[in-house]
Amino acid sequence: MSPSGAEVLRQIKSRIPEVDPADVRDQLGNGAVVIDVREAEEWSTGHIPGAKHVPKSFLESRIEGSAPDRDEHVILYCQSGNRSAWAARTLLDDLGYSNVESMTGGITLWKDRGYDVEQPRTLTAEQRDRYSRHLLLAEVGIEGQQKLLDAKVLLLGAGGLGSPTALYLAAAGVGTLGIVDDDTVDLSNLQRQVIHNSQRVGVLKVDSAEETITALNPDVQVNKYPVRLGPDNIMEILRGYDIVVDGLDNFPSRYLLNDASVRLQIPVVSAAILGFEGQLSVFKPYDGPCYRCLFPTPPPPELAPSCGANGVLGVLPGTMGLLQATEVIKLILGEGDPAIGRLLMYDALAATLSEVKIRRDPSCPICSRHPEAIADEEMGVFPDYESFCAGAH
Amino acid sequence: MATIKIPPVLRPSVGGEREISADGASVGEILRSLAVEHPDTKTQLFGSDGALNRYVNVYLNDEDVRVLDGLETTVGAADTLVILPAMAGGTR
Repeated sequence: MSPSGAEVLRQIKSRIPEVDPADVRDQLGNGAVVIDVREAEEWSTGHIPGAKHVPKSFLESRIEGSAPDRDEHVILYCQSGNRSAWAARTLLDDLGYSNVESMTGGITLWKDRGYDVEQPRTLTAEQRDRYSRHLLLAEVGIEGQQKLLDAKVLLLGAGGLGSPTALYLAAAGVGTLGIVDDDTVDLSNLQRQVIHNSQRVGVLKVDSAEETITALNPDVQVNKYPVRLGPDNIMEILRGYDIVVDGLDNFPSRYLLNDASVRLQIPVVSAAILGFEGQLSVFKPYDGPCYRCLFPTPPPPELAPSCGANGVLGVLPGTMGLLQATEVIKLILGEGDPAIGRLLMYDALAATLSEVKIRRDPSCPICSRHPEAIADEEMGVFPDYESFCAGAH
Repeated sequence: MATIKIPPVLRPSVGGEREISADGASVGEILRSLAVEHPDTKTQLFGSDGALNRYVNVYLNDEDVRVLDGLETTVGAADTLVILPAMAGGTR
């Protein structure tokens, strides 16, 4: 008759090295690799600080990711010390590890002794499913998805650029989306502003956008600002956000935003569109140039067509808005090369994407100075720009 | 002859062309020959003092000519000049 499982376990424990939690605690940070072999749900309730997680069910296939050197000192633990003993036998007998110990009493005894426990942040089962394609990417993973969920992104406008940006940032799980827009949905918007729909004509764009976003992803908190961005409210609205997405349709607001974002040191992912062409750049204060380094003064009305109504190919703000969303996600994750110090130019008719370099201006009136030195009355200052623009109509 | 890329706002001044070839050995010569050929572009590119307007950026390939030698920057026949006025427009 074959021995019982309990008997086999006793035999295993009699021949594999076991280690007391007090000794494990003393060795933390001394080169030993501490591995938690419990299941994901158990790991999520708390683990030994600095431990790695390799569930026993994936031990053979994943152990090398955490302990590539078969001669290094490996300490395994589980809930009570049994599964880690089985796992230690596997490493020693089957996988050729030479220095493996199993912690007696598991995390239960560790906790009973009052030792520190690290509480990992985890995703719910629904989130793991929703973001599964992100979790499969090494550049995102659980840690990156947590960053996205923690991120606060402010969208200036829920129009042509803001619509696709908001949709994809919401889908990606960016946890907080602020939307500034005092406009209501018009039928002529629907050719490109895909976050709204025919039933919402006449509805505030922030309300319409919130409804679409919430239906798409309930993880996202939407903060609505049905106001026009101005010198009186910009600092208050921007403060607390990690990134601003700029889809502003006029120069005075662009300069005001630039000055406020430099002062608050918030990166701005900026895009502009006209006809069949779009531009994009990331203005990250003090890391790269600001908008005033690129364009120190606004153009006269005849070269500033944004003052009036212009045609735009409906799909173009989609293309540019999604390039913005991509830059936002890269900034949140800290991955890739953001378009800092570069102006990307997309030409839809030619199907080309080209770029020019943007340099920091050492004499820039705003970003050559310390943020604290920029006074309220200096922000967004331009010679009578509103009446200047009004003249273009 | 170098190639000049014309931005959307200047196209009405050059008969709708997106790219134009112009003669000249420097940025200044090329832009001035553009202004001679298409007089409507002159005030848009140059101030009354003959300097490039500050709201217009000009790039030789991908580099701002202001960090090169400005209007004196040498231009080869295979080079491209990009004229870039500021754009706004999120389309409300």
